[in-house]
Amino acid sequence: MDMLFLAEVALAGLGAGALYALTGVAFVLIYKATRVVNLAIGEILMLGGYAFLGFAAGLGLSPWIALPLAIAAGGVFGWVVERSLIRPMLGENPISVFMVTIGLGSILAGAVQLAWGADPLRLPEFLPGTPIFIGDAYLAPKVAFGFAAAAVVIGLFLALFRFSRGGVALKATAADQGAAYSVGIDVPRVFSIAWILACATAAGAGVLVGAIGGISPTMGVFGLSVLVVVIIGGLDSLAGALVGGLLIGLVEALAGTFLGGEFKLVVTFALLLVLLMVRPYGLFGTHEIERL
Amino acid sequence: MAGTALLDVNNVEVVYNRTVQVLRGLSLRVPEGEIVALLGSNGAGKSTLLKAVSNLLSLEDGDVTAGAIRFRGDDIASLTPHGLVRRGLFHVMEGRRIFEDLTVEENLTAATFALTGRDGASPDFDLVYSYFPRLHERRKGLAGYLSGGEQQMLAIGRALIARPSLILLDEPSLGLAPKLVEEIFGIIARINAEQRVSMLLVEQNAAVAFAVASYGYILEMGKVVIDGPVEKLMRDQDVREFYLGLGGAGAERSYRDIKHYKRRKRWLS
Ligand SMILES: Nc1ncnc2c1ncn2[C@@H]1O[C@H](COP(=O)(O)OP(=O)(O)OP(=O)(O)O)[C@@H](O)[C@H]1O
Ligand SMILES: [Mg+2]
Repeated sequence: MDMLFLAEVALAGLGAGALYALTGVAFVLIYKATRVVNLAIGEILMLGGYAFLGFAAGLGLSPWIALPLAIAAGGVFGWVVERSLIRPMLGENPISVFMVTIGLGSILAGAVQLAWGADPLRLPEFLPGTPIFIGDAYLAPKVAFGFAAAAVVIGLFLALFRFSRGGVALKATAADQGAAYSVGIDVPRVFSIAWILACATAAGAGVLVGAIGGISPTMGVFGLSVLVVVIIGGLDSLAGALVGGLLIGLVEALAGTFLGGEFKLVVTFALLLVLLMVRPYGLFGTHEIERL
Repeated sequence: MAGTALLDVNNVEVVYNRTVQVLRGLSLRVPEGEIVALLGSNGAGKSTLLKAVSNLLSLEDGDVTAGAIRFRGDDIASLTPHGLVRRGLFHVMEGRRIFEDLTVEENLTAATFALTGRDGASPDFDLVYSYFPRLHERRKGLAGYLSGGEQQMLAIGRALIARPSLILLDEPSLGLAPKLVEEIFGIIARINAEQRVSMLLVEQNAAVAFAVASYGYILEMGKVVIDGPVEKLMRDQDVREFYLGLGGAGAERSYRDIKHYKRRKRWLS
């Protein structure tokens, strides 16, 4: 076996895994705060990619202005969804809320297709193009940039979570909503902020994913891999999303290269099954994964 | 009990799940500066009343269907639970409800949200540690690893951070050894006197509640059946028999130290 080739595959896998991890963090934020399994996360990611296209190509803005705008659009979208769809349903059967997010996902995919058509589109080039070598191994520059951006954002989230007062409010709300209210935490506000941050993050991840592989109305399936990532990491663990994301990225890349693309999903799901048998809460989770 | 009451509960009825009525026309008052005890057997509705007062009832599908609850003269019906905390009404819930995965310090930090919107109020962690030095020793440790007594101290410590004018305390003696009960109630009496915090104290342990309280209510089936100044309740034959577990004469000798503190406090104020 050629070690250099293996290293290049692994690097590409970790690059993809970082984006899984980033989107996984978004998923976990929402689950922690509101206990909602948000299956629309892949479509919200897609929305970020199209919003970027709209701002950059449609309105002709510089990509470096379109990027923050796309992220902000994701945040606004999260705020609206939480207030109008999710909050009225809190306390209801988790399956109903779960179904609402599935519905939201298909509406988004349909709307995007109406507006931009069904064909895959390329995003305007804006990431650096100089090839990157780690040792002798080649790494696509866009993938490296995606990895670095994801690492910074995840690091920021972990630090906020660990050291800020807002992090304490989120952890308290996640642990015991009644007790969180009883110490003066504005619990509904925690819900809002979690959705805003999570959807903004997913939208940002969508721009990165789109910059690497293009965008299409079906790119929401990215969310399926993210679902596997967070189930493996533990639905309520940020660190779990990080480790799970890198792991799945790596496994998919190796399986795709050495077994063939059609084996990617099989291997991922086999891994998921084995892990759930050993650790039903995921690697780092504390909560039993809801039976849906 | 003349004068203005900090808390005024008037003829309140509470229904859970739109079907089960638990409180049936309950009235009580907590005057400024006092500790008022609320006693009653299991299932009488004591915790339900506290949840109605702190507006946490809505989280459990309970509704106040009649009557009114006023805190500092304002009807609480239109206030959010966190809004009430920020106005100075703090509920130390039954079973302590500390955040086990957070450190002791983070538990106190969580309570600093109670100070939101209050100008000039900065959180005073040292005040908590001065009442509960053991919390200071364990401030970096996870709250879940604290002993039951220390967890109760943390629950009360969170209330202190919030600088409330009224604390609702739900069974602080629950599951604690007698020695520890005495220690914690001694501190409760001190907090009442030194921080000028009024309290509505729910207890199963009537003897220790009477040691710190000035007035008491006894609840049965969601209604007040007896109330009066503690001295009077302690002479009441039924109360002695059913709540203090004293058949005949025999004066209650326990909790002498706390009582001593209570007398001193009267003399102070
Ligand atoms: N969330 C709820 N839904 C339905 N019924 C409830 C709920 N909470 C309490 N109850 C019922 O209301 C009644 C009073 O309960 P509550 O907890 O107020 O009693 P308590 O006086 O605090 O008792 P204890 O001393 O055991 O704590 C009980 O019969 C209980 O079963
Ligand atoms: Mg109770």
